[in-house]
Amino acid sequence: MDFTLKIWRQLDAGSKGKFETYQVTNVSPDSSFFEMLDTLNQQIIDQGEMPVSFDHDCREGICGTCSLFVNGRPHGPDTGITTCQLHMRRFKDGETIVIEPWRAKAFPIVRDLVVDRSAFDKIIQAGGYISVNTGCSPDANAIPIPKRAADLSMDAAACIGCGACVASCKNASAMLFVGAKVAHLGLLPQGKAEASRRVQQMVAEMDSLGFGNCTNMYACEAECPKEINVSTIALMNRGFFMAKIFCEKEEL
Amino acid sequence: MNPLNARIPEGPLADKWTNYKASCKLVNPANKRKLDIIVVGTGLAGASAAAALGEVGYNVKVFCYQDSPRRAHSIAAQGGINADKNYQNDGDSVHRLFFDTIKGGDYRAREANVHRLAEVSNNIIDQCVAQGVPFARDYGGALDNRSFGGAQVSRTFYARGQTGQQLLLGAYGALSRQVANGSVKLYNRRDMLEVVLVDGKARGIIVRNLVTGEIEKHFGHAVVLATGGYGNVYFLSTNAMGSNVTPCWRAYKKGAMFANPCFTQIHPTCIPVHGDFQSKLTLMSESLRNDGRIWVPKKVEDAERLRKKEISPNDIQEEDRDYYLERRYPAFGNLVPRDVASRAAKERCDANNGVSHSGLAVYLDFKDAIKRFGIDTIKARYGNLFQMYQKIVDEDPYQVPMMIYPAVHYTMGGTWVDYNLMTTIPGLFAIGECNFSDHGANRLGASALMQGLADGYFVLPYTLGSYLADEIHSPRMTTEEAPFKEAAGEIDAMLNKMINVKGSQSVDNLHKKLGKIMWDYCGMGRSEKSLTKGLELIKPLKDEFWNDIKVPGGLNEYNPEVEKAGRLIDFIELGELLMKDALNRKESCGGHFREEMQTEEGEAKRDDDNFRYVATWEHQNGEHILHKEELVFENVELKQRNYK
Ligand SMILES: Cc1cc2nc3c(=O)[nH]c(=O)nc-3n(C[C@H](O)[C@H](O)[C@H](O)COP(=O)(O)OP(=O)(O)OC[C@H]3O[C@@H](n4cnc5c(N)ncnc54)[C@H](O)[C@@H]3O)c2cc1C
Ligand code: FES
Repeated sequence: MDFTLKIWRQLDAGSKGKFETYQVTNVSPDSSFFEMLDTLNQQIIDQGEMPVSFDHDCREGICGTCSLFVNGRPHGPDTGITTCQLHMRRFKDGETIVIEPWRAKAFPIVRDLVVDRSAFDKIIQAGGYISVNTGCSPDANAIPIPKRAADLSMDAAACIGCGACVASCKNASAMLFVGAKVAHLGLLPQGKAEASRRVQQMVAEMDSLGFGNCTNMYACEAECPKEINVSTIALMNRGFFMAKIFCEKEEL
Repeated sequence: MNPLNARIPEGPLADKWTNYKASCKLVNPANKRKLDIIVVGTGLAGASAAAALGEVGYNVKVFCYQDSPRRAHSIAAQGGINADKNYQNDGDSVHRLFFDTIKGGDYRAREANVHRLAEVSNNIIDQCVAQGVPFARDYGGALDNRSFGGAQVSRTFYARGQTGQQLLLGAYGALSRQVANGSVKLYNRRDMLEVVLVDGKARGIIVRNLVTGEIEKHFGHAVVLATGGYGNVYFLSTNAMGSNVTPCWRAYKKGAMFANPCFTQIHPTCIPVHGDFQSKLTLMSESLRNDGRIWVPKKVEDAERLRKKEISPNDIQEEDRDYYLERRYPAFGNLVPRDVASRAAKERCDANNGVSHSGLAVYLDFKDAIKRFGIDTIKARYGNLFQMYQKIVDEDPYQVPMMIYPAVHYTMGGTWVDYNLMTTIPGLFAIGECNFSDHGANRLGASALMQGLADGYFVLPYTLGSYLADEIHSPRMTTEEAPFKEAAGEIDAMLNKMINVKGSQSVDNLHKKLGKIMWDYCGMGRSEKSLTKGLELIKPLKDEFWNDIKVPGGLNEYNPEVEKAGRLIDFIELGELLMKDALNRKESCGGHFREEMQTEEGEAKRDDDNFRYVATWEHQNGEHILHKEELVFENVELKQRNYK
């Protein structure tokens, strides 16, 4: 298969970027999207130029490193997968493919298609955990956890922190990312003790990092490679308002 | 004199760790604040260690090459984590987990280390549940278990097909909490390129900032490597693209000996290779062998027609299928250990019964399981794995059997450590997959996650404390002192040399060449002949690298080619040592199969009289010197492994 690629090239955060056009030929339909980009980069290196930088590591849809806006959609045209799981058989021979980085104020560009998502680490540091020290835990079966709660918690915990939710949102909101963590921990008995503190701190941190607000467009859910449900956002909002109503506002 | 002292505590096996903990030296809280620890790696081992060390009050600096600690390759582990809780009441115990692990490793691991691992396994599950890891549960709300290879009990805890992800997110949460507390500082997108030694002790590291290209110097009273495995020496493996041996290899060249490099694990159930553009291989979790049955057609004619796609596997009648694992190993069936399952698949494909267009694949069939449990149960158990398979292969595994083939997956070998997890460089520790310690010649499924967290949460905090107790009078050094400047200068010179070769071969092309030699001459089957040839082919690669590598761009910018090139040269050097080690070990054991050494039935034949040792290599002026750590077995009887 042959493709025309329009790829965003940008030297670093401070520079202006632009689209460059490339041709790749002889791509196997069985190759992955990144194997196609590897082929392109090989061509570029052979010509003595700088290859296109893009983030990737596990190449199997779990580490959340890969990003990419492909033809206007985060992680490309398929649903429920990451860019590294996308295969070229999904495209038409001869098609033009437009490839851009995540675009959000809170995710500055590092180079080409690589962005800085350390804002997500900061949100987790604000409270995305259960405060328990190593070595002082009761027996794992001491508290039975209803299967349904465990399953729903796992659904939310499947978030890979890739940032597609932010990239897909016209407000660049991180509500789905935060909602997923709040739901994952809040649905379990172990996570309830600090639930109200957690939600307040994480939301405050998210706001301070320049993420936008949620206006219920649900693009995030549609584009989430792990299909995290927007009900997690509702759960988060509920937790947030309950905390306020019951005046549990912590000293932040 | 033998430079290796494993420092195994005295006393009966079951008491060693308890006694050690009761009598080891401690550091008081006020002094902990004065001590800096560097942890390289944020996988299960590194993240858990950094969190646990931060919790007790040390100053920890933690490094990873990814953009976030949460992306370490532990995230990709699918199947599960072992612990001897005996929640299933099926006869599990510390001793049984210890015994299975020693036997599974083909009697090439230390008894004391493995026993300690089995002892702390239960604390890991307790800890993870407390952190909110959403393990699978039954309807009564209790934790569920599944079975993994090499065990006859159900002791594997799991979170769907994403166990590694959930455990890592637990450890990442604990780590993030310490970052918020100020006891841990994160350094993401840093590539560790050197350990800094001061008066023979590890006192810091040199890293390259991957965003700016800047060479940075960092001080620590001790340095912990938790940098994962070296499977990418084969180019194609189930490891992440960035997985590398560089930290351990650079430490090797500074004096941290490397053990059993030839003990590599080839995992039986991976998606087969489909073309030479391929960049990595994808694992299909071992848990699938709980319900999937492995077979190939009995008749070579059928196999040929399947390869040409003239017929579908569903057309092959039951009596024409060879469920070769069930046939050869009735006691363990499809749940034999990985090395055994991989070799059996190779044996069938070599006999021309393999399928897929290449003939290098066997079937993993869920037809019977779907009939027995219904499609919904199978979906609940393995849904995400089936989806992953379908995306890659473009076939529906609910309808047609999966095709699988062995692939490089895990490395049992690694940096040599003593019982304290300290390397042969004082103050330099190695934990998780990057050390050699607990799995002997073959790792059992679901035991790597266990080891990573055992090392990080429950072992290192004691053993490192014991080392640091003697360091409380060592003041912090500034990185302007000579050893730091020299080390940074050497790295700078090396990078400059590399980028100025301006040759004709890209890093990937040379890496593929290396990988092919490794796989063809030192893969699932190894012989004196293949290894001698392999060594001959690998030797020139080093010169090829230094004369012909092409690294585009500059050093002072974000430039992944620089990163990859540095890793490649270390893989080339490691590849040579790996083959040398394989040539030296004239016995078959675990993942290391010497074709000259097999029983009449084609099983691996150990030679305990001559090779019951850890092959430990020391780097001296460009030469690799072999030292032997004899393994002493006082509690298990050495037997030929039998899974029949
Ligand atoms: C696909 C797959 C599935 C698996 N499934 C299972 C399973 O079900 N059960 C099981 O028990 N085991 C499983 N394993 C094995 C297990 O996941 C690994 O052995 C284990 O997670 C390794 O953990 P680690 O902490 O030692 O290293 P890793 O998780 O690999 O982490 C390495 C860390 O070191 C850092 N690092 C590496 N090099 C550098 C450098 N040069 N500079 C700076 N930082 C560096 C990385 O950034 C990373 O943070 C699986 C492995 C794979 C590949
Ligand atoms: S590279 Fe890991 S999710 Fe895509």
